[in-house]
Amino acid sequence: MKDVLSIADKTFASRLFTGTGKFSSSQKMRDAVLASESQLVTVALKRVEVHNESDDILVHLKENHINLLPNTSGVRTAKEAVFAAQLAREALETNWIKLEVHPDPKFLLPDPIETLKAAKELVDLGFVVMPYIHADPVLCKRLEDVGVQCVMPLGAPIGSNKGIMTKDFLEIIIEQSNVPVIIDAGIGAPSHAAYAMELGADAVLVNTAIAVSQNPVAMGVAFKMAVEAGRMAYLAKLAPIKQHAVASSPLTSFLNE
Amino acid sequence: MSNFKDTFETYDWDTLENEIYSFTSFDVENVLAKSRITLEDFKVLISPEAKPFIEQMAQRSSALTKKRFGNTIQMFIPMYLSNECQNICTYCGFSMINKIRRKTLSDKEILEEVNHIKNLGYDHILLVTGEANKTVGVSYLKKAIALIREHFSNISIEVQPLDQEEYETLIQEGLYAVLVYQETYHKATYKTHHPKGKKSNFDYRLNTPDRLGKAGIHKIGLGALFGLEDWRVDSFYTALHLKYLQKTYWKTKYSISFPRLRPHQGEVQPKVEMTDSDLVQLICAYRLLDEDVELSMSTRESEIFRNNIINLGITSISAESKTNPGGYVVDPESLEQFEISDVRSTDEIRKMIESQGYEVVWKDWDKSYSNFV
Repeated sequence: MKDVLSIADKTFASRLFTGTGKFSSSQKMRDAVLASESQLVTVALKRVEVHNESDDILVHLKENHINLLPNTSGVRTAKEAVFAAQLAREALETNWIKLEVHPDPKFLLPDPIETLKAAKELVDLGFVVMPYIHADPVLCKRLEDVGVQCVMPLGAPIGSNKGIMTKDFLEIIIEQSNVPVIIDAGIGAPSHAAYAMELGADAVLVNTAIAVSQNPVAMGVAFKMAVEAGRMAYLAKLAPIKQHAVASSPLTSFLNE
Repeated sequence: MSNFKDTFETYDWDTLENEIYSFTSFDVENVLAKSRITLEDFKVLISPEAKPFIEQMAQRSSALTKKRFGNTIQMFIPMYLSNECQNICTYCGFSMINKIRRKTLSDKEILEEVNHIKNLGYDHILLVTGEANKTVGVSYLKKAIALIREHFSNISIEVQPLDQEEYETLIQEGLYAVLVYQETYHKATYKTHHPKGKKSNFDYRLNTPDRLGKAGIHKIGLGALFGLEDWRVDSFYTALHLKYLQKTYWKTKYSISFPRLRPHQGEVQPKVEMTDSDLVQLICAYRLLDEDVELSMSTRESEIFRNNIINLGITSISAESKTNPGGYVVDPESLEQFEISDVRSTDEIRKMIESQGYEVVWKDWDKSYSNFV
């Protein structure tokens, strides 16, 4: 059976989602996205002129296999998020939305309360909601209850490139979740992405690490391979890590005597 | 409710100055070995002793800026609406005592200027006025914002300090950011440079960012005008102000500007010189202190300086600026606030930025976020 990821009405052969920010040009962004073979690419509503058909970013993403995922980066409240999502839906003709509510413009950390509120409203309005959130297992279940189609917990502070710092919580989320778990934010190296996939994440979203690399195209390919390797390893079931050396059974060997 | 004045008053200018001028290179090495830079460390990084470490600071500043802001530089342009002013500021071309013709743009003139600016490609605009409450008070600003908001994604102002309720009114109209520079945090020096007008009230100006924070503004721009006093001490106070505001109004974004006194109508010229190397040191020190703060550079600076500064920590720049009302098309000969230094066209600046491997960002906000479409 082919290993594909399904979210709402779409299926994805690639489990690497990418972003469009921080590249040195839209052409370089396009080249890297194509090289990564990513099929879902997030774009900040605030960066594009949605009503302008020749918008530089949008023009560079016109490919059949690329699905645009508008995000609400910059909004501070649920109300603003819902408004922005509706504008994106109307202008970009997609009902998919990456819900980012970060009232804090410094660390860009998500507001769990406003996110949950906005998620419920957006689901009711018929959106496919992909919420960017803390690695909070209870929040993930609450979001699932209101009908989001996946959850996107962060691996580390956004843009930090620190890797999977929230591992213990991600493991609980992955174990408990009935919707796909996409690890978003903090992934700074292909090894981090592979590790996330080995843990059982359904996909990862990577932006800074590709965009800010000296060679975004090569880095896009490296991430593609890492995500595939991690996924393959997960499916093949990793051998368990031995916590201690087990040379003999000093405590129970008497049973055999 | 708290305000910055309380924090400000726990510091003493002379004590700070002594401290900043008595660090050793050993102190600098210790600070540079740390991964998180505090306000105390910032003092060390702006001290004369840190100057020999400027390349190391620049390398780190450049890398941190790329990580956070990517390979991008944002562009904005100022639009002067008026040069009427009831203040005396010894260093400013608009100062009340300068006997020159005054001008305030009408609606029609504003739209003519807007049309020109839009054709240059800009989507983020900074509106500037002097301080003349009868002609360019809140009602004028409110009307101006309402008039132009359909043309720009992002509107900032640099005008006289206002009350909290007045800011709330303008935010309702679509205002995104307010730039308000303390000029100098040295109270006595401030008095000598602002002898008359509302601006002579040091404390009212000092607490302006607090009023903005309480009004829920999206972004506040801070800075000191370099040339009035020792730039190191003024910069420490600016950084202190920044850190206080970030903790108090955590939903607001901040930017820092670095105006150095430029030639202008009037007599006072810089008392304290800030060299190019000083300015680079300061920019890098800010970046090491704060990975996320926006650092902005105007056309006050020279071509060569601007070409080299964009990969050292700066995140937004202006280009082709006119510092007089109607300067773009309506009345190019009206009184300007100061002479700019880098006179290159917007397109030349864009090419300069792109040739260094950066993308020019024209739009990084959306009207819909203020519930305007």
